[in-house]
Amino acid sequence: MTPKWRLIVFFIGAAGIVCLFALVRAPVLRLNEFRNRYAQQINTRTFAERNVTDAVSAVNFDYRGFDTIGEEFILFVSVLGSLVLLRMAEERKDEILLDALDRKRDVGPSDATRLWILAMIAPKLVFGVYIVTHGQLTPGGGFQGGVILATAALILYLGEGFAVFRDVLSHTAIEVGEAAGAGAFVLIGMLAWFWRKPFLTNILPLGKSHELTSGGTMALISIATGLEVAAGFILLLYAFLQENLTIEGEE
Amino acid sequence: MGHAFSYAGYVTAIWLFLIGLYGVVTSRHLVHLCLSLTVLQASTYVLFTIIGFRPGLPAPIFTDGVTPGSPAVDPVVQALMLTDIVVEATVVALLLAITVRIHRRSGTTDPNQVDMMRG
Amino acid sequence: MTFLQIGVLVLVAVGGTILVFTRDAGAQPIVLSLFGLILALMFMIFQAPDVALSQIVVGAVGLPLMVLLAIAKLRRDEQFLKREKDRERKAQS
Repeated sequence: MTPKWRLIVFFIGAAGIVCLFALVRAPVLRLNEFRNRYAQQINTRTFAERNVTDAVSAVNFDYRGFDTIGEEFILFVSVLGSLVLLRMAEERKDEILLDALDRKRDVGPSDATRLWILAMIAPKLVFGVYIVTHGQLTPGGGFQGGVILATAALILYLGEGFAVFRDVLSHTAIEVGEAAGAGAFVLIGMLAWFWRKPFLTNILPLGKSHELTSGGTMALISIATGLEVAAGFILLLYAFLQENLTIEGEE
Repeated sequence: MGHAFSYAGYVTAIWLFLIGLYGVVTSRHLVHLCLSLTVLQASTYVLFTIIGFRPGLPAPIFTDGVTPGSPAVDPVVQALMLTDIVVEATVVALLLAITVRIHRRSGTTDPNQVDMMRG
Repeated sequence: MTFLQIGVLVLVAVGGTILVFTRDAGAQPIVLSLFGLILALMFMIFQAPDVALSQIVVGAVGLPLMVLLAIAKLRRDEQFLKREKDRERKAQS
C-alpha cells in the first residue's frame, strides 16, 4: 500500500473513532460515574487482611500475583529476544577489528564527572534497595526499585567505560541473577502447595503493620522481582553496548 | 466545573491515540515508528488514569493521615499500569533491536523501503 | 475537574504531538524524556504515586537510554557499511 493510500485509510479510521466517541454519551463517560466495586473492596480490606498500607503493591504481588508473574516473564522474554538479536555475527568480527585500528579514540569523561559519578553509585544502590524492600508500605516495589538499581549500573558505565563495567558486572553473574529472580517468584508461589493451599497464597506470618516484615510473602516477591528487573535492564545495556565498543576498538 | 470538562480526559486519550497512529502511518524512520508506539501506549495510560480517578479522594496509600479503610482512588487500575510501564520499555527495546537488525540486512531504516518478506 | 488537571492533560496532548512530529533522530530521546516527565506529572496530579514513580524511572531514564543506544548503533553501522562499500568499489576498479 503506497503511503498516500495509507494516509487516506488512516483518516477514514480516525473519523470513525471520533464519530463513535461522539455517539457514546453520558452518563457512561461522566467522571464520577465509575463505581468499581472490586476496587472499593480492596481499599477497605487491604489493611485488615494483609497488614500492609500500600494497596497497589498488595494488588500487584498478592491479590493479582499471577498476572504479575505473566508480566515479569514478558520482560524476561523481551530481554532474551534482544540479546539474541544483537549477538554479533561471527564473520564480521575479524573485519571490524581490522578497521578499528585507525579510529581516533573518543574523549572520555572529565575527572569531575567521574568523581561525581563514583560518589553517586552508593546512594543510588541504597535508594534502589530501599524502594524494593519498602514496596508494601509506601509507593515502590520490585519493578521501580529494580530499574533504579539498573541505573546505578548505567552510571558506572558512563563514568568508567565499558572495560570496568564488564569486569565489575560479569555477564554470567547477571544472567544467573535474572533467572534466579524469575524462578524465585514461581518457587515462592509453589511454597503454598506444601500447606495444601492454592498457588501464590500468602502463607508466611503477616507481621506487624508499618514494618518491613508486614505482608508475608509480599516482601519476598518484591525482592525477587527487583532482582529480575534490575538484571534484565543490565543485560539490555550489555546487548546494546557490546557491539558499539568492538567497532570503536576499545576491546 | 462545567459538565463538558469531565470529557477532557477522554478527549486527551483519543487525541494521543490518533496522533500516535498518525505517526506510525506516516513514519519514515523505524525508530520514529517505535516512539509513535510509545505515544499510543501513553493514550492507554491516560485512559486508565481517568477511569480510576474519583475527584477529591486521596491516593490508595494508607499512611500519614489516610486512615485504612477510607475511600480512595482505584488501586487495581494503578497496579495494571505500574507493571505495564516497565514491561513496555523492554518490549520497545526489543523493537529497537529488530530495527538494528533490519538496518544491517537491508541498509535502510525507511519502513517504506523495507520489503524483506519474500514468499 | 480543576484547572490543574485540565492543564496537565492539555500539556500531555501537546507533548505527544511534539514527540510524533520530531523527525530528527538526535533530538528524539530528549523529547521522549520530557514527555515521560509530563506523563509522570499527570499521574501525580491524578493521585497515582506508584505509577508516577515507575514512569519517572522508566520513561525518563530507561526508555530514552535504549533509544539513544539504538540510534548510536545505527550510526556506527551506517559508517561501517559505507566503508565496506568504498572498499568494494576500490577492489573492483
